[in-house]
Amino acid sequence: MKPRCFQIQPQDNVATLIDDAPGGPVEVIGATRSELIAPEKISRGHKVALCEVAAGEAIMKFGVRIGHATSPIARGAWVHLHNLASDLDDRSGTLDLHTGAPTDTTSAYV
Amino acid sequence: MSDALHHRSWQGYLRPDGRKGIRNLVLVIYTVECAQHVSYAIANGEEDTHVIGFPGCYDNAYAIRLMLALARHPNVGAVLSVGLGCEYTQPEKIADAVRADGRPAEWFFIQQAGGTRTSVAKGKEIVARLRSQICKETTRVPMTLADLTVGCECGGSDGTSGLAGNPAVGAFFDLLVDAGGRAVFEETVEMIGLREHMLARAANPEARQQLAKAYDKAERYCRSVRQWSVSPGNFAGGLTTIEEKSLGAFAKSGTRPIQGVIRVAEHPRGPGLWILDSVPDEHFMQFGYTNPNDTEGLMDLISAGSQIVLFVTGRGSVIGSPVAPLIKITGNSATFRAMEEDMDFDAGRVLAGEMTIGQAGDELADLVTQVAAGAPSKPEQLGHREYFIMYKHQETPSLAAGCRA
Repeated sequence: MKPRCFQIQPQDNVATLIDDAPGGPVEVIGATRSELIAPEKISRGHKVALCEVAAGEAIMKFGVRIGHATSPIARGAWVHLHNLASDLDDRSGTLDLHTGAPTDTTSAYV
Repeated sequence: MSDALHHRSWQGYLRPDGRKGIRNLVLVIYTVECAQHVSYAIANGEEDTHVIGFPGCYDNAYAIRLMLALARHPNVGAVLSVGLGCEYTQPEKIADAVRADGRPAEWFFIQQAGGTRTSVAKGKEIVARLRSQICKETTRVPMTLADLTVGCECGGSDGTSGLAGNPAVGAFFDLLVDAGGRAVFEETVEMIGLREHMLARAANPEARQQLAKAYDKAERYCRSVRQWSVSPGNFAGGLTTIEEKSLGAFAKSGTRPIQGVIRVAEHPRGPGLWILDSVPDEHFMQFGYTNPNDTEGLMDLISAGSQIVLFVTGRGSVIGSPVAPLIKITGNSATFRAMEEDMDFDAGRVLAGEMTIGQAGDELADLVTQVAAGAPSKPEQLGHREYFIMYKHQETPSLAAGCRA
């Protein structure tokens, strides 16, 4: 079975993986149905882009803006800390992409 | 929603204030921790008899308001309050307030009754008398969804809570509001980042003002206690921004306009969707936590007059609640399978593509009406009645207004 991602609202431009995606075809279910290609391995619970998104454009989930793209994002690509930033919380752009650990306080650990 | 569900009717219990209950309980209330054991021993083995109370010897206006709201809850038919005899909180005043509301109530001090065994025997005799009185005298009335207040909170969340568990409740809340009922949700500290989104949902300028005030207080509170609701584990799990996490929790509110903000122990001032503000107000002692655990949050929702409460959990939970039946919902089908003896509703079927969110809302509404009609929820079947309230400060115009509003 192909890994699946779930789109909550029709206007959302990201969907959440409900299975681990090894890279390759992913089935889109939920508000709309389609298929896309994940260019890399992406873990369950993470988001993939449902269409091309330009830098600065809103990222929509739940039908609501959850932040903005910090670089151009291709359809099927992983959407996370490296290309999506909060409109409010400056710190979210500084966290480690894979662990979520802070990197802005590294110099304090001496 | 089907018309049949909209008009489904069952028999409830009419209370003197005009509200309708779905259970007809005797409530035993202890007014200090020292009277807790005796109170539970009185209720033990008695049908439809629940226990609440306050552990502190020093009283607290917030806690008294909360207990009185539970004592005069639509699901409660009669009250026995039990004190030790030297605490500040007065069992006689609780009984008086319940009687003034038109329901039978009695009270006694353990020190005057004569010890544990004597007090338990005395209490059991009173409970039996109150029970037979309310079974005979309480007027039965037809109820529909329009007569229900339903509260919801989430806890033990995982990635499915925002995708399926909370949205399923949101779909049910839309249906409940459209049917003329009252829906209540809380956790304003988990709405950080949603100020404009939330204000845009306000039903009118007054509601908008209340929402702004509650939101700003929650943000100040988070800043002062340095408790933000997002952590490295959330990011590693795939959440990227605080807005995204807040939206997952906010999804339980559905899509209808928000009528305003109520405080702990206040009832919704009309039909529709309401936010419950359980965050402590500013006070020189700076005491109280917003929701120190899941059970405390449920007590807040029940104090708002919810005859049924919903709890959304991705990871699974085994709690229940006194006074109002709890229905436990998960968006995670694996959790549902593992803990089916405790979980009432599997919203994970939405993620599996077996049903739409709208269908999940309809099915949840069906379950809610069955429980309202008397079918026991899973926590009720298992006898779960976890209970927890604490010292906190919330300003209200007066004690009486806090109880009555």
